Amino acid sequence: MSKFELRLYVAGQTSRSEQAIANLYRTCEGVLDACDIRIIDVLEQPMMAEEKRILATPTLVKSVPPPARRIIGDLSDVRRVARMLGLPAKEGRVKERGEKPHGC
Amino acid sequence: MVAEMDRAPIQKLKTGISGFDLVAQGGLPRGRTALVSGTAGSGKTVFAAQFLAEGIRKADQSGVFVTFEESPSDVRRNLISLGWDVPKWEADGRWVFVDASPQVEEESIVVGAYDLGALLARIENAVHRVGAERVAMDSLGAVFSRFDENALIRAELFRVASGLRKMNVTAVMTAERTEEYGELTRYGVEEFVADNVIILRNALEAEKRRRTMEILKFRGTNHHKGEFPFTIIPGDGIVVIPLSSLELKQRSSNVRITSGNPQLDEMCGGGFFRDSIILVSGATGTGKTLMTTEFIAGGVDNGERCLLFAFEESREQLFRNATGWGRDFERMEEEGKLKVICNYPEVAGLEDHLITMKSEIDAFDPDRVAIDSLSALERVSTIKGFREFVIGLTSFIKHQEVAGLFTSTTPTLMGGTSVTEAHISTITDSIILLRYVEMYGEMRRGVTVLKMRGSIHDKDIREFAIDDTGMHIGKPFRNVSGILAGRPVYVEATQEINRLNEMFRE
Repeated sequence: MSKFELRLYVAGQTSRSEQAIANLYRTCEGVLDACDIRIIDVLEQPMMAEEKRILATPTLVKSVPPPARRIIGDLSDVRRVARMLGLPAKEGRVKERGEKPHGC
Repeated sequence: MVAEMDRAPIQKLKTGISGFDLVAQGGLPRGRTALVSGTAGSGKTVFAAQFLAEGIRKADQSGVFVTFEESPSDVRRNLISLGWDVPKWEADGRWVFVDASPQVEEESIVVGAYDLGALLARIENAVHRVGAERVAMDSLGAVFSRFDENALIRAELFRVASGLRKMNVTAVMTAERTEEYGELTRYGVEEFVADNVIILRNALEAEKRRRTMEILKFRGTNHHKGEFPFTIIPGDGIVVIPLSSLELKQRSSNVRITSGNPQLDEMCGGGFFRDSIILVSGATGTGKTLMTTEFIAGGVDNGERCLLFAFEESREQLFRNATGWGRDFERMEEEGKLKVICNYPEVAGLEDHLITMKSEIDAFDPDRVAIDSLSALERVSTIKGFREFVIGLTSFIKHQEVAGLFTSTTPTLMGGTSVTEAHISTITDSIILLRYVEMYGEMRRGVTVLKMRGSIHDKDIREFAIDDTGMHIGKPFRNVSGILAGRPVYVEATQEINRLNEMFRE
């Protein structure tokens, strides 16, 4: 299975940028192996923002696997972001569901 | 350093948009952002794009076009149809797009707080890439409809405007209005970029569209006030007609020129003045076109160049008429002394007619201009628009220092005045009236010189006849009064009264 290509566009090292980065890592917790995360500062690489026509920051772009998704904002609602990205279930979440413990 | 900059008087940047810089008394405030507000179809995008295009064409300044609504390819296509080769400018590094148009292919949602930092970074990058001095953003409404938080977007746009100011570029932002005479913009953008506001209108008046431009405010610097009509022409884009900024500095000369009719010259005290506007008014069939023809022929006979705009008759008809009066228009045109331009008033709006006529006059460089008839143009405009047209045209012609003869058709057969006369009579130098006179069951024609600025003239109403050599002015009408009012009353004049009258005439 191909990795999740996640590109997070931020503008400068602001607290909002740091918040977004931290939230992204929290979202991918447990499934980091399946994720290819790259942080792009648009102030340093404006052409990258131009290429993807980014308007707002922070913006998270997932191009692989389809469907392509864009999430604007500091990603504060971790669960919602995970759902939008369609990230694979991680250990903890399966356990929380509880009824059917793995390993049987 | 910033403080020093702030203390310096605001400089203007000549936009190059025809007529606009006159109204704006020099152009847009340099290094600032101006808001261009208007309803759908008012010409905002053209204004924004032209601001960049003229920078490239006339001032060697590069520009950045930020598009929020249409894709760059749509904008490019529209501008090419206006005659601007945007792809070439892009290839030359003079014009660059920042594509902020909505992307349909990717679903996007908002989770948490954000700003428009990437937009500003991209604009700054584009400005540096081509060394831009001008930025256009079209149109802000599209940003608001994409992001829900209006207050946040307003604040962010303000940040963009101050970012632009730091880069010392002059910018134009467009914004939608919902109605022609109402709140300034739909999303209240003016609170943030309100230093300079320009309004474009496309109002419907008496079933006719009329475009106007108004500078609402320029903070800390001057501009002309009120609405100015404009039009959009392929190749030229927006052309503003700066009416009230026209100066009344036309020179007047004492040189007389012939009217083309010796008897009329005599009535006018020796002919028309060279730099004057003559209005010929009369009902249909009284001889206005004949007087125009003689005016033209008289000029050509003296080796002058003449330009005739005809709005009532076809070319064939005009030439046939002229031949019927012994004047050969065909030969005059072959000799390059005459140019006849026939058009139906309905082919264009009045503003477009004005622009076309100006460019024809510029191109032909005539000594005489005749318009037959000016009142035909009333049909395609509102009264207000017509008045502006007449003023714009007369002042233009006066600036060229040529003689202008306009005809005006009166609505009633027997006397009366037309709208044209009401608007034009004070700016014309001479007025000649042609009237039908009913006498003893017979229709005759009369001519009188009502006004002749700066000269003595014949005060009589004279009878005239028309034959195959033109107009022949004869004796004054006696024992009849009320001709001009259209109600002739016959006075039983005895021989004695007539004789006395003759004795006291000079």
